[in-house]
Amino acid sequence: MAMNSIWQYANPKRFMTVSGYALPPLAVASAAFLIAGLYWGFFLTPEDFKQGTSVKIMFVHVPSVIMATGTWFMMLIASLIWYVRRHHVSALAAKAAAPIGMTFTLMGLATGAIWGQPTWGTWWEWDPQLTSFLILFLFYLGYMALWEAIEEPDTAADLTAVLCVVGSIFALLSRYAVLFWSQGIHQAASFSLDKEENVDNAYALPLLICFIGFMLLFITLLLLRTRAEIRLRRVAALEARERMSDA
Amino acid sequence: MIAVLLRDLKLAIRAGGGFGLGLAFFLIVVVLVPLAVGPETATLSLIAPGILWIGALLACLLSLDRIFALDFEDGSLDLMATSPLPLEGVVVMKALAHWITTGLPLTLAAPVLAILLNLPTQAFGWLMISLVLGTPALSMIGAFGAALTVGLKRGGLLLSLLVLPLYVPTLIFGTELIRRGAGDMATTTPLILLAVITLGTLAVLPFAAAAALRINLR
Repeated sequence: MAMNSIWQYANPKRFMTVSGYALPPLAVASAAFLIAGLYWGFFLTPEDFKQGTSVKIMFVHVPSVIMATGTWFMMLIASLIWYVRRHHVSALAAKAAAPIGMTFTLMGLATGAIWGQPTWGTWWEWDPQLTSFLILFLFYLGYMALWEAIEEPDTAADLTAVLCVVGSIFALLSRYAVLFWSQGIHQAASFSLDKEENVDNAYALPLLICFIGFMLLFITLLLLRTRAEIRLRRVAALEARERMSDA
Repeated sequence: MIAVLLRDLKLAIRAGGGFGLGLAFFLIVVVLVPLAVGPETATLSLIAPGILWIGALLACLLSLDRIFALDFEDGSLDLMATSPLPLEGVVVMKALAHWITTGLPLTLAAPVLAILLNLPTQAFGWLMISLVLGTPALSMIGAFGAALTVGLKRGGLLLSLLVLPLYVPTLIFGTELIRRGAGDMATTTPLILLAVITLGTLAVLPFAAAAALRINLR
């Protein structure tokens, strides 16, 4: 096997070594980016002429919703890698990512509600974007519940991988079905190639820094949780071996 | 394949509750909602499509865990998996049997219950069409959920958590079809989209469900 291939990190031992070295700098970098981006965003940007100070919740809201969908996408890819190539680290990474993604979804919903109250005059509106996020939240719940429910680890990994693939299709379908079902009041995309609908330049840079911070935070937490899952797996293997030798 | 279908139908009828339970549940939901919402007929006719669909969804959910669980316990599912018949075919037939015992009677009973809910008369046809088109998808998605949870001791609650989010597109297009029918609006778009969801589900999910069954039977 070629040593300079990405698959060599699928070896749990190699993964543990490399991620062990990578974690401290990643944690420091994500903290730095988050502090810098949030400080800049909260205190050094002008107030919006319509929304006032409440516009600044965007610096938490936008990165967390992007990461919420991004995490599901990462879980889909990890599930497919597990399903095709049977790398345990990949399955465990998908499992480890789910609670992080769920938290991002919840943060997106909560910050959206807090921002929506003064701006739209309501905590909650059955708007397509809000609704599809709520549905995404339900998908995260189901995925995590299935992991919890099945005892045999490989069966659990396989079944959750199947659920993740099917769930992705249905999540996408729901996303467009709710567009059909209700007209939205939500703002257009904050980041997009279409310059017209982007946020103003004064906000773009701190927003980008916040986004990088959230991304680094996700990678840090993901590595941390995957390492914990691998260690749990090792403990289970050791316990099983002990029981075998006792018997 | 026909034999699998007939066997499932016979079991459903002889074990009792195959046809009746789901229907009775549907009736109860439809009776309870006006008690909760209040007897104003205008409100009821407005929410009637939603109540009928939610009732159908829940009634369908009620019998899902029986699609595979009994056969899994007594080992006949292993036999079916090792038989020359593809497991995908078994899944389709079992979903069909589930639809005949729940979706079909629900569709036939729906107009009667729609009278109770004061649904506008011009929407009755659309109600039947939307349920005929939509409920097969409910059975098929449900069979997928049942295949995922078949090995679990208490899979019932988990099954509903897994399956209900997958019902969202069907629910949206199904109710939208009736609502537009009731308001004398153009119904082509939701009709086509509902049919797309159902056909796509029937084409793809048997493979996913059979894959899940194979994993559980390992």
